Amino acid sequence: MNIVVLVKQVPDTEAQRQLNPDDNTVDRAAVDPVINYIDEFAIEEGLLLKEAHGGEVTILTVGPERATESIRKALSMGADKAIHVTDEALHGSDAIQTAKVIAKALGTIEWDVAVAGSEATDSRSAILPALLAEALGVAQLTQARKVTVDGSTVTIERVTDTGYESVQGSTPAVISVVEKINDPRYPSFKGIMAAKSKPVTTLALSDLGIDAGEAGLANAWTQVVSFENAPPRAAGQTVKDEGNGGGQIADYLASKKLI
Amino acid sequence: MAEVLVLVDSADGTVKKSTFELLTAARSLGEPSAVVIGAPGTAAALKDQLAEYGAGKVYVAESDDIAGYSVAPAAEALAAVVEQASPAAVLVSSSPEGKEIAARLAFKIGSGVLTDAIGVDADGATQSIFGGGITVQSKVTTGIPVVTVRPNSFAPEAAPGAAEVVAVSVTLSDAAKAAKITDHVVEEKGSRPQLSDASVVVSGGRGIGKADNFSIIEDLADTLGAAVGASRAVVDAGWVGHQLQVGQTGVTVSPQLYIAVGISGAIQHRAGMQTSKTIVAINKDPEAPIFELADFGVVGDLFTVAPQLAEEIKKRKG
Repeated sequence: MNIVVLVKQVPDTEAQRQLNPDDNTVDRAAVDPVINYIDEFAIEEGLLLKEAHGGEVTILTVGPERATESIRKALSMGADKAIHVTDEALHGSDAIQTAKVIAKALGTIEWDVAVAGSEATDSRSAILPALLAEALGVAQLTQARKVTVDGSTVTIERVTDTGYESVQGSTPAVISVVEKINDPRYPSFKGIMAAKSKPVTTLALSDLGIDAGEAGLANAWTQVVSFENAPPRAAGQTVKDEGNGGGQIADYLASKKLI
Repeated sequence: MAEVLVLVDSADGTVKKSTFELLTAARSLGEPSAVVIGAPGTAAALKDQLAEYGAGKVYVAESDDIAGYSVAPAAEALAAVVEQASPAAVLVSSSPEGKEIAARLAFKIGSGVLTDAIGVDADGATQSIFGGGITVQSKVTTGIPVVTVRPNSFAPEAAPGAAEVVAVSVTLSDAAKAAKITDHVVEEKGSRPQLSDASVVVSGGRGIGKADNFSIIEDLADTLGAAVGASRAVVDAGWVGHQLQVGQTGVTVSPQLYIAVGISGAIQHRAGMQTSKTIVAINKDPEAPIFELADFGVVGDLFTVAPQLAEEIKKRKG
C-alpha cells in the first residue's frame, strides 16, 4: 500500500503569532516553525497502515525551504521518503490553490491513500482534505477517529456531534484524522540518524506544470485586506472566596442579566 | 436585491439556532433564501421555522442518495442551487461538515471561501485568528463570497418570510458517491446543548482532580442549561471524551457566558475560548492566567464555590 502523509509546517502555537504587515500573510519568520501538531497523528496513522498492510510512507509538504526541518522530523518518525514542493511563487497561496498544487504533486507518484491532519493550527480552516478530494474526484474520508483498510476498501469512523458515522470508500482516497486517533511515536535516535539519508524530492511549480500566474497571493481567490491586533480583554474583577464566592458569582451574573 | 443563500443545519426536524443566526446575517446582504439538503421529507418539518426567520425562498434538494453519502453530495446540490439562484453570497455554519461543504462548493463554482467568520459584509468577512489575538478583514476576490460563520456571531432575530418552496432536482455525479455512509452511531445524546454553538459553556480543568468529580461541572452546567467543556489536561487524563476539549486543537467556542472551573488558562485553552462575551473563572491559584481574561473571578476552592453557585442559581430561578 502506497501511503502519502500530508504535513504542514506552522508557527509554534505556544508563541505570539503574527501577520506580516507588508502583505498580510502569516509571518513565518517571527516565530519558530514546528510540524502541525495534528499532522503527527496523521504520520503515526500512515506508519500504522504501513505496518499492517506493507508498502511505503511518503511525506508530502508544500511550503518554504525551511519546511525541510518538519520533513526531517516526519522521516525520523519512520516515513520512508518525502516530496517537498517549494517555490517563491507559492507565497500567500490560499487553501484552494494549495489543494490544486497537492493534487498535481500526487499526480507524480503512485498512491492509494493520502492522510492528513484534520486541520492546521495556523489557519484552523480544516478544509484542505475536502478540497483535495474535490480536486481529485476521489473519496473524501475525513474527520476520522478510526481507519480500517481491507484490500481497496477504506472505512473510517467520522466524528459527529453525537458520536460517529461509518463512511466507506475505495482507494485512492483522501483521509483526514482527528487528534487522539492514536499515540504518535517519538523519533528514536536511530530514526533521527536514518532520516538524514532518506530521499527528499524537491519540486518547483514548473515541475508540476503549474503556471506561476495561478499560484500565490496575487492570484488567490481570497485576500486579507487588513488586520489589527485584538485589544487585550480588560481585566475584570477578582475576589477571594470568603465563604460566599458562589453567591458573588451569581450576583455578578444577575447584574449582567445572564441568569 | 440579490438572494443570499443560507445552508440549513437541522437535527430531528428542528432548525439549529446557528441557521437562524445566518438568516439574520443574510438580511444585511440581500434577500435571505434557505437551502435544505437531505433525505426526502427533511424540508417539510423545517419550512415554518425558516419562515419565522425571514427566508423568502426555501430551496429543497432531497434524495436518499444525497443523505447516503458523505459531504460531496451536499456540495453538489448546493452548487446546483447557486446555478439556479445566482446569489450574491452563500453562508454556511462553521461546523466541521459545514466548512467542508462550503470548501467543495467554492472549488466547484470558482469562488473564494472564507471560514470561521465572526462578521460578514458584501465582499467578504471579518475573522478572528490565532486564538482571538488578531482580527482580520478578508475579501473574496474571485466569484461570489462563500463564507462559513461561527455560531454565536449574530443574535438571531425573527422576521417574517414567505418561505416559498422551490424544488431542486439534483443528479449526483459518480464522484459525489465515492464516500458512502454505512452507519450512524449515537454515543452521547444527553439533554445538554452542543458545545460548539451553545450560548453558555461550563468547562472543567485539571483542578477537578479526578474523573468522578466531573459531575460538579455537569451539575453546574445543568442549572444554566449550558454545554459542558473541558481543558486538554482533562481530556488527556481520559476523564472525559475528546469531543469536549475546548482549545487550540479542540473546539473553539464563543458563547455569551463561559465559566472556567479549575482551569489555569494555558495559551492552548485560551485560544479556544477567549472570544467568549463574558468569562467567569473559579480557581484556587490567584496567579492563574485565566484571571487575566476573566470578567469576574473567584479565587477559591472549586469544590465549595461551584456547588454553591449551582445552588444560588437554582434558588434565584425559583
